[in-house]
Amino acid sequence: MLSIENLHVSVGDKPILKGLSLQIKAGEVHAIMGPNGAGKSTLSHVLSGKSGYTVTSGTVTYQGNNLLDLEPDERAREGVFLAFQYPVEIPGVSNIYLMKAALNAIRKHKGLAEVDAMDFLTLVKDKVKLLEMDESFLYRSVNEGFSGGEKKRNEILQAAILEPSLCILDETDSGLDIDALKVVAAGVDSLRAADRSFLMITHYQRLLDYIKPDIVHVLADGRIVKLGGPELALELEAKGYHWVEEQVA
Amino acid sequence: MSSSAQEIENLIGHKYKEGFVTELEVDTFPPGLDEQVIAKLSAIKGEPEFMLEYRLKAFRHWQTMKEPNWAQLNIEPIDYQAISYYSAPKKDSDKPQSLDEIDPELLETYKKLGIPLDEQERLAGVAVDAVFDSVSVATTFKGKLKDAGVIFCPISEALQEYPELVRQYLGTVVPSGDNFFAALNAAVFTDGSFVYIPKGVRCPMELSTYFRINAANTGQFERTLIIADEGSHVSYLEGCTAPMRDENQLHAAVVELILMDDAEIKYSTVQNWYPGDENGVGGIYNFVTKRAECRGANSKVSWTQVETGSAITWKYPSCVLLGDNSVGEFYSVAVTNNMQQADTGTKMIHIGKNTRSTIISKGISAGRSQNTYRGLVKVGKGATNARNYTQCDSLLVGDQCGAHTFPYVEVKQPSAQVEHEATTSKISEDQLFFCQQRGISAEDAVSMIVNGFCKSVFKELPMEFAVEAQALLGLSLEGSVG
Ligand SMILES: Nc1ncnc2c1ncn2[C@@H]1O[C@H](COP(=O)(O)OP(=O)(O)O)[C@@H](O)[C@H]1O
Ligand SMILES: [Mg+2]
Repeated sequence: MLSIENLHVSVGDKPILKGLSLQIKAGEVHAIMGPNGAGKSTLSHVLSGKSGYTVTSGTVTYQGNNLLDLEPDERAREGVFLAFQYPVEIPGVSNIYLMKAALNAIRKHKGLAEVDAMDFLTLVKDKVKLLEMDESFLYRSVNEGFSGGEKKRNEILQAAILEPSLCILDETDSGLDIDALKVVAAGVDSLRAADRSFLMITHYQRLLDYIKPDIVHVLADGRIVKLGGPELALELEAKGYHWVEEQVA
Repeated sequence: MSSSAQEIENLIGHKYKEGFVTELEVDTFPPGLDEQVIAKLSAIKGEPEFMLEYRLKAFRHWQTMKEPNWAQLNIEPIDYQAISYYSAPKKDSDKPQSLDEIDPELLETYKKLGIPLDEQERLAGVAVDAVFDSVSVATTFKGKLKDAGVIFCPISEALQEYPELVRQYLGTVVPSGDNFFAALNAAVFTDGSFVYIPKGVRCPMELSTYFRINAANTGQFERTLIIADEGSHVSYLEGCTAPMRDENQLHAAVVELILMDDAEIKYSTVQNWYPGDENGVGGIYNFVTKRAECRGANSKVSWTQVETGSAITWKYPSCVLLGDNSVGEFYSVAVTNNMQQADTGTKMIHIGKNTRSTIISKGISAGRSQNTYRGLVKVGKGATNARNYTQCDSLLVGDQCGAHTFPYVEVKQPSAQVEHEATTSKISEDQLFFCQQRGISAEDAVSMIVNGFCKSVFKELPMEFAVEAQALLGLSLEGSVG
């Protein structure tokens, strides 16, 4: 599904990712953990095509193609989804309108007809229930006045509707209380499928209690410094990132 | 790949689809303006004697006046002697023509502009008066409207058919010496629409006038007069376009609305004059005086405007709220791009008791354009319990444009409540990236955000126009992402 080889990325003159490699197979769940400033969000932005980053070397292959060649909207239509760490507010544009426009853009790309208005409403209401959200969120402006937790739920709602192939979650669990975390985790878990992969960026073990990763990567100073099974997350929780950094040094 | 400020700006690059010229035989005055020209104009129109006097008086006054210079606008000097004050398609007789007598070139022009002059066509619920340069070339559904008692005709025709009615009201809301451009208009106006809705009548269809400038080196001086008698109701729409030319052309209009007791007028404009090119060459100077007078108690007027065109816009549709409990509303979307300049807003003059007004202004600036909101809310001594709510929002696209807000408030009545809110925001790269990350192209994202920003104004437009206005914003974003 996704293969990152020796990726180097800078912002201006400052190198941030320094030789990162990572392979994700279809259906796998990978967790990336690591200290603040390690480059986790940078990785998510580079994969989704945000401007302002320079790839100085390395390759990213997604479903057999060079991902870095594509515009951000093309990547999205090819199934790359990013649940943002800080979802942006769009005043005046209703949530449901955005989701419909997004779904139709993706469907058009796949050569499908626009979604029928009634079918869409049924689909959306179904997913809203899954995420235990109030239907009124559909008609509010995108993320405007949403609490931190509501924004995160809204991101997963969009993932549930757009059905991506590669789902990158950037600290979706941060800022959620225990109850909200359960709901969001259940939402993510329901999206698991044989042809869908996850890259979950998180600081905490607790999300992984609900969604068991196949592989845990530790990202520090722009590189994957350690790789293991789910037990690695537990160990990190107990010993802190310092432990890995010392091991590597 | 990057969506820098520059690229966000490019997304608004305007493609002007109405910029073509129609080739026809025309009667055009040579450039220049003096009393002879005015007399000739009045004679060609077959006007009653009082009109010529009215025009000459306005002209003499105009010669003593100076162009207003208080607006936030940079205007190249206009040589009023270099303009032709009359241009019209040649026709065989002076009689009003039926549709099949109209030059097919003209019919084709309106078809191309999406304005059907055939009553069987798409917009079956809208009566259209088509003004081409200095004359009205067709008015549809006149018969059906007459049956309802509604007069809807070119003002030049009204001056022949209903001279007393016109005389009674013309210039009573915007006096001929009101301002420089209004005085010029009073002296040389050529055509526009006349509407009279009798007592108690709800106009059975939407009325609309479509203004087209075609001839070069001419000015268009539109004059519109709408009278809504007691308890009547009318919704009126106005649209306009012009060819792409390197020279600036002047459109100086005067619109007067008069409302008696319990009358209601909804006046909507979609202004799409040629805006000039990306370097500011060419485009229409749109200098307009629009004013409504709520003479009767409980009357209500609303101005809704979507201003996307013109090189320079100078326009303040206003409401004089004389009647007790009368209501004035102003909803505006003004888009400026490239080198366009707009100084637009409204005046709400509260004179009667319990008068209320609402102002919603949405300014969108892109490119190197300058977009100014200028509004006055005035509450007179007698206007007890007057209320105004004003909301002025500016949206900046890119970082080389300017948005300015000048809200003036004069209150002489202590019980008045005047509220003002203003915001300025920017389409951010993060918003665009977010939309793109969901699969939506950058162009569609800008259009979606801009439409969202304007939603509260668009919902005031009649259905047909709301769609057109949205398409117009969408169109201006078309084909521009690299
Ligand atoms: N636009 C930027 N300009 C300068 N430095 C940046 C920029 N974006 C990220 N960085 C830096 O790159 C490093 C990694 O940031 P980030 O990827 O957000 O880390 P994480 O998500 O792992 O906390 C940090 O040191 C951060 O300050
Ligand atoms: Mg981060």
